[in-house]
Formats: sequence, structure tokens, C-alpha cells
Amino acid sequence: MSEAAAQPFVRLEGVAKRFGATAAVDDVSLSIERGAFFALLGPSGCGKTTLLRMLAGFEVPDRGRILIDGADVAGVPPYARPTNMMFQSYALFPHMSAAENVGFGLRQERLPRAAIDARVAAMLDLVQLRHLAQRRPHQLSGGERQRVALARALAKEPKLLLLDEPLAALDRKLREETRLELVRIQHRVGITFLVVTHDQEEAMGMASRMAVMSKGHVVQVGTPADIYERPSCRFVADFIGGVNLFEGRVVETRADGVAIDCAELDQRLVVAGGGVAIGSTVAIAVRPERIELSAAPSALPNRLAGRVADISYRGEASSVNVALATGRLVRVTLPNVGRTDEPRLAPGIAVWLGWAPEAGVLLTS
Amino acid sequence: MMGRPWGRGAVIAAPYLWLGLFALLPLAIVLKISFAESVLGIPPYTPLIDTGGDTPEWAGTLESYRRLISDSLYWRAYLSSIGYAAGTTAICLLLGYPMAYAIARAPKAWRVTLLMMVILPFWTSFLLRVYAWIGLLKGNGFINNALVSLGLVSEPLPLLNNSFSVYVGLVYGYLPFMVLPLYAQLERLDWTLLEAAADLGARPWRAFLSVTLPLSWPGVAAGSLLVFIPAVGEFVIPELLGGPDTLMIGKVLWDEFFENHDWPAASAVAVAMLALLALPMALMRRSLSEESA
Repeated sequence: MSEAAAQPFVRLEGVAKRFGATAAVDDVSLSIERGAFFALLGPSGCGKTTLLRMLAGFEVPDRGRILIDGADVAGVPPYARPTNMMFQSYALFPHMSAAENVGFGLRQERLPRAAIDARVAAMLDLVQLRHLAQRRPHQLSGGERQRVALARALAKEPKLLLLDEPLAALDRKLREETRLELVRIQHRVGITFLVVTHDQEEAMGMASRMAVMSKGHVVQVGTPADIYERPSCRFVADFIGGVNLFEGRVVETRADGVAIDCAELDQRLVVAGGGVAIGSTVAIAVRPERIELSAAPSALPNRLAGRVADISYRGEASSVNVALATGRLVRVTLPNVGRTDEPRLAPGIAVWLGWAPEAGVLLTS
Repeated sequence: MMGRPWGRGAVIAAPYLWLGLFALLPLAIVLKISFAESVLGIPPYTPLIDTGGDTPEWAGTLESYRRLISDSLYWRAYLSSIGYAAGTTAICLLLGYPMAYAIARAPKAWRVTLLMMVILPFWTSFLLRVYAWIGLLKGNGFINNALVSLGLVSEPLPLLNNSFSVYVGLVYGYLPFMVLPLYAQLERLDWTLLEAAADLGARPWRAFLSVTLPLSWPGVAAGSLLVFIPAVGEFVIPELLGGPDTLMIGKVLWDEFFENHDWPAASAVAVAMLALLALPMALMRRSLSEESA
């Protein structure tokens, strides 16, 4: 996609929606650039689906404005919006063949028959389902149904494609293939994709940009790398990937960052960053793969001694929990590349943990 | 091990036995009588096998069926019954579909109450309810009195003992049979399909025609059959609410049986009606099985 077209294509301004006493979406402002593959990520109940349904026109915001391609869509019914949606359940019409499903939107526009047929064939080619065009949904596998749903949503060339948990109903292997396929298709059609998911791996694997939502609010927006490397708060750090969070009070500002007195560990930790007042309570987030594990005391500024509590082998990497003297567990991820200088790990073995100040992220909220 | 297949056979045989005893056997008896001749006596018809002579002889006759064809009363009654039944089915469908739809889309807590209101009339005798309609529709009945006292009409409207009152009775009596299967069908409908249709550009009316209606077709068919078939043979409603010129086959059958004591003719009317009804049923089943294929 071109980075040149960076003006916001979809804009949400202070959008809010309540269901009874609960605020499903609370004062959300968000910009999505044209041609982006944008992910809305959050745990279930965070309001991401409500936001998607407001964009599709199925829910009316209580407050705020939604602009799609510069036009306020307030009062525009779903059938007149320049958006199409791929439903989590796919919502394929059971009494229609795959081809009829894909052609449904085109038939609503009363296009000539030949134009509809050509477009349907092109869409089925795009998702590689031409040979199953005459099958009914119940005669298709889960993955095939998913692709019919995608083809149907793309057939009308919407300005914005909304995808509600597009991969949730697929098994793991198929999910990975389909994720790549979605990215490939998005590049080919050039339509702005907005995908809602609760799966951070899925979001990071597909999206060019993403927004993390919690309790009706957008808590952070950025590229997947931004969000993973520089989470803005404890919630994001914890929700995206594995993390070790150490709480403490700022005691000193140094050249390489700030020193934090971590009561839980009974020792000081150093983390890169600044702009925090001495005495304030902060947290340090350290990704498990950024922590070095060694038999001898580490030379790094942050070092902790402990014993291996348990090891779980995951193939490409192993996850090791190290118990500190205080009882606190620290998670470390070790890539299984067959290094020889590593201590032979087994539960109970004494090890040292170490990480550089830049490996941690200073969190104030 | 010997007992199990036998037990299974007994379980399978039970419904067939029931059907054989209470559906096929009476039907066979009616069929038999329809080929006999009417006589004065007990029973009031001739036997099919004449055992009076040296050798038993077939004594059946198609006389009753010949009369069905030659006497215009019968086929006019059939046509008129089918007309009433078709009209009733159409009106029930037009009234029942929105009702069933509204109940199916009502909040869950409301649905049971609304369904109860549909079924509630069944708790009173059908006959009583039809009599109640007489009270409502007659010349100095509730409706006419209200209309006259409001000054909307100068003299009572002819609401009773005509085809209008027959339709009122039929629609009133059979509406629940349309609403219930339609509700059962619509309740199972996945409403996200309607959202999908709207999302793809279908206005509500188009979404209804292209998604809701085809998917509720089995309910439409079941409801229509449940209304049409008993309505064709209806006797009580035309008898009580109809007029002298109301012609329905159920009434003809009654007259043959109880007024004329012509059992063979009555039986022939019944057999012909059954054959006539089997046809739309077979067609409906055909279209339904095609739908699900």
C-alpha cells in the first residue's frame, strides 16, 4: 500500500455507545489511513465488535461522529454504506450456492447479468473457489465457507472492508495460511481492511497498524512493532505477548535511564527512559526473550539470581520459569538454536538472569 | 441376544399397528361402503359380495361415484370448499406471517406470553367460540349495535349467514395453525443473515423477499397445509355461520349421512375429498423435499 495516501480515510470522533448501564464504546477517537490493514485488538467485551458494527451501520452511536472517506455516515442505513462486512459466523445464505452468495450484493445493484457473472467468477478466482461455485454453504468446509464470505464481502468493492474475527472459526494450521492469504488479497485489491480480533498473534501477523482496546477505550495505536516494543501501559504490555512486570518506586535518575527500587525483588532495577518524578510508582516491562540466562552472574546492570522452576518446550523455543529467592517467578524464553555454552537446564538448577536497561520498558500507567 | 431384535421389531411395529388400526382400517371401511348401494335397513347399505346365489358374486357398484360426477351439487360444493379453503389459507398467511414474525423477533421473555395468547382460544370449546361469533355478528349483535349507536351505519349490516361470516369463522379458527409452524420456522432463523443482506445493499423489503421468505418456506408450506386441509372439510363453521347458499363439502357430507341416510353417497363424497386433498399435499411435499435437497 502507498504511504503517500496518509490522510485519514476513516475517522472516529468521540464515538460512544452504551447498552443499558454498560458503556460498550466510550469516547473513542481513531484515524485509519487509506489502504491500511488495520486491526482492532482487545479482549472480549472491550467494545471492538460494537465499534465495527457502528461502522457497518448496525448500531447507532450515542455520541460522536463517524466519517468514511470524508463523509459523515450518521443516518446512513447499512444498505447504503460504502462498507461491507465479513461476519464472524460468515452469515452465508444457506439457500444459495457459493456463486449466488458472492453475487448477492451485485444483484442488489441490478447490474446486468453478464457483469454480475464476470465479477462473481473473478471473486471466486481470487479466493480459489471457482470449482466449488455451485455448492451450497453446508457442502463446503469451514475454510471454504470463510473464503466464500470474503469473496462476497469483496464483490461490491467496498471502500472499507470490515472483518469480524475472520479466522476465529478455523483450526490452527488453516488460520495461519488464511492469515497470509488475507494479507495477499488485501494487497491485491487495495481496499482498506479493518479487522477485529482478540488474538494478538493474528493481529500482529496481518495488520499494518493496530489499535488496542480495553473497556470501551482505545489504549494504544501504532504499528505491531511499536505496540510490542513500546507498550504504553501495563494492560497493553500484558495483553500483547508475554511480559514480566516489575513494580517499584523511582529512586534515581541516571545517564542510562532511571533506577527503580523494586520491593518485590528486594533490589534495584535500571530501565531506559525518563520523564518520571523521583518517588513515583512505575512498572518495568521486560519481554521474556530479552532476558539472558546464564550459569555465572551476568555483567548486565539488571541481574537476578534464581532457580529454574519449570521448563516448557515449545519447539522453536523453550519457556523457562525462574523462581527468585522472594518466590517471584520470572519468565524467560530461550530460542532452541542448540547453543553449547548454555547451562544444561533442569528444574532446581541455580541460574542468573540479566538484561540491559534498554530491554525494559518504563510504564507509568 | 434373541430378545433384542424382537424388541426392536415390536417398537417399530407399534406405530404401524396404530396407523393400521385407526387410520387405514376406518378408511378401508369407508372405501368399502362407497362401493355399496343404499338400502333401508341395518346397516343401510348392501354387502359388496353377494352370497345369495350358488357362488359368491361381486355386488359392488360405482353408482355413488357416478352421482358425484353427474350431479352438479357435488362438484360445485367441492369447488366452493376449495375456494373457501384457499381464501382462508391466503388470509391466514397474510395475517399470520406478520404475527409469527413479530413473536419471533420479540424479546425472549415476551415470546412465551405472546405464544400463549395465540394458543389461549384452544382452552375453550371450539363450538362455543363459533357461537360467540354469532353473537358478535348477528343483526342486533355486538358489532352492529355498536356501529348503529355510533351512527356509522343507519341500519345493521348483513354480517352473519353469508360468505363473509364463513370467512371470519374459518380465519379465526385456523389462524393459530398458521402462526405456530411459521413461528417455529422464523424463530430458528439466523438474524445475522438479514444483517448480511442489509450490509450487501438489500433494502429491508428486498432482504425479506430474498432471505427471510425463502428460508421460512417450510413454515409457510406446513402452515398452509394445516389450514387448507381441515378448512376444505370444515362443517361446523359453514353450518353455524353460513347462510342457505353457503355450499361446502363438509355440509354436503353431513346431509348425505344424517338427512338422507345415504351412507354409500356420503362415503363416496369422503373418499373423493381425500383423493382431492392428497394431491396438494403430495405437491407440497415434493417442493419441500426439493427445497431441502
